[in-house]
Amino acid sequence: MVLSRLNGLDDDDLVIELNEIARKCRVEIIKMVYRAQAGHPGGSLSEIDLLTALYSTQLRVKPDEPDWIERDRFILSKGHASPGMYAILAEMGFIQHSDLESYRVLGGICQGHVDMKFTPGVDFSAGSLGMGLSFGIGCAIASKFDNSDRECYVMLGDGEIQEGAVWEAMMAAKHHELDNLNVILDCNRIQNDDFVESQMRMFNIADKWLSFGWNVKEIDGHNMYEIIDGMRWLKSNKDAPSVLIANTIKGKGVSYMENNPKFHGAAPNEEQYELALKELGE
Amino acid sequence: MTELAASRDGYGSALLSMSHDSKLVVLEADLGKSTKSCWFREKYPERTISCGIGEQNMMLVAAGLASSGFKPFASTFAIFTERAFEQVRNGICRPNLPVHICGSHGGTHTGTDGSSAQSIEDLAIYRSLPNMVVMHPCDDISTEILTSKLLDLKSPSYTRTARNKTPRIYSKDDSRIEIGKGVQLRNGSDVAIIACGVMVSKSLEAAELLSDKGIEAAVVDMHTIKPLDEELVKRLASECKFIVTVEDHSVIGGLGGAVAEYLSENIPTRMRRVGVRDRFGESGQAEEMLELLKISTNDIIKSVLEIKGMV
Repeated sequence: MVLSRLNGLDDDDLVIELNEIARKCRVEIIKMVYRAQAGHPGGSLSEIDLLTALYSTQLRVKPDEPDWIERDRFILSKGHASPGMYAILAEMGFIQHSDLESYRVLGGICQGHVDMKFTPGVDFSAGSLGMGLSFGIGCAIASKFDNSDRECYVMLGDGEIQEGAVWEAMMAAKHHELDNLNVILDCNRIQNDDFVESQMRMFNIADKWLSFGWNVKEIDGHNMYEIIDGMRWLKSNKDAPSVLIANTIKGKGVSYMENNPKFHGAAPNEEQYELALKELGE
Repeated sequence: MTELAASRDGYGSALLSMSHDSKLVVLEADLGKSTKSCWFREKYPERTISCGIGEQNMMLVAAGLASSGFKPFASTFAIFTERAFEQVRNGICRPNLPVHICGSHGGTHTGTDGSSAQSIEDLAIYRSLPNMVVMHPCDDISTEILTSKLLDLKSPSYTRTARNKTPRIYSKDDSRIEIGKGVQLRNGSDVAIIACGVMVSKSLEAAELLSDKGIEAAVVDMHTIKPLDEELVKRLASECKFIVTVEDHSVIGGLGGAVAEYLSENIPTRMRRVGVRDRFGESGQAEEMLELLKISTNDIIKSVLEIKGMV
């Protein structure tokens, strides 16, 4: 557990703590996107409860030694949702809160899309969709070759899995029986142009992963009890790669952004910014 | 008597010769029997990763392995590496991960499979990517030596090998073969022929025939397209005044493009590019392809005579 203060808490107290961390991260997400007047708030807000639980309770990483070879790997394949990742990295101590001001700024460590060459704690340079799972397979195989117990977690978006290469990777992960590979699928039902349903109907996503031989579990991606259970389930599976399908709300926590395709990749104006902070309890 | 060998065999041999490095891993996309990574698989199946017919996945699996400290060598046909271009660009070159890609069956010389399999743009494509080293050796021995040297390279690379047997140019103990250093195979001061891959032996053949006409051509094996051996090109331009590049590749962006870019900016020199003139090939034997696309020995000779104003 990265945050020692969470050690020993029962689930009720843990959920209270995690929800507060996620709330603070949401505030930072809004601030980053507002300052840059660009970026992707919707997917950052949908993923942040998941990232909060993953980093706070499960991921074996060392913020003061980000390149620690035996760390678990986390790959944000939906790399445009970088404000969410930067917020949690700052909360965990990989980067400073002041670094968040460098989001999308020349010379900054917080690039528009997450980049392993710029930000401590980032394991994969993303930005082009559908690439993270294959990279994660490489990390998972490396762990096996090293006889290590390090796990690999990959976050994908539901729009992202329209990329055909993801299905190449799904086949390969099962073929190589990578039980140390874990996908968290942020199903926020919205992609760049519109709702996923209107762009490319996905039908039953869980059935598709099941038919590829993966372990599948569906949860409410904003219910912290279910998220904690889901993370434990991911780690405990030792027979096949596993996917946690998290049903989320794009823009979660800011009323006018929720379920609104306009805020996939748009910044709030001043009035909207003030409203967002107020709604987030700032 | 001239010995014949295919450069792809050199790739297979190199993988075996590097097997002592426990971090070496080999990736295949259902063409191991063709690229010759199958030789490694036979001896080291536990370190050979099958990616099925899925090149996009393969490139990024290799990237993930490299990020974890392994030394991945991934191969398929040259043409199918191009399918995964963006994976190579964004997932390998951008983070500068030392993934070593081998594209076999490159060029029109691959022959009867037809134009879908004849990559004539791979060198140009990969040369355009920052951090990428691009090589196209001329025989099995130089392929084995150059591939073995990749083990210590800290950046990604693309190596094109050829399907068909061509004359062996080097002997096994040749110490001149270094990444980024062209090898002068023949001396001459009337013209310099700079070639790569299967066209090196054709260039040597052309040089002998030119000698009969009283023209002494220097011939260079420029196996590394990027980084280009600029010092050597500069010296050849100074000594010979005329340069002809020869490649089984488009004249756009490959060896000819690289040499032309360097010369025009630094030491403007009369030159000709022998290569494929912005068209696709078709099914035919290797030698027939070279004739059809005007990159045969006779076409090299013709270009030299033209540039020297002798026709």
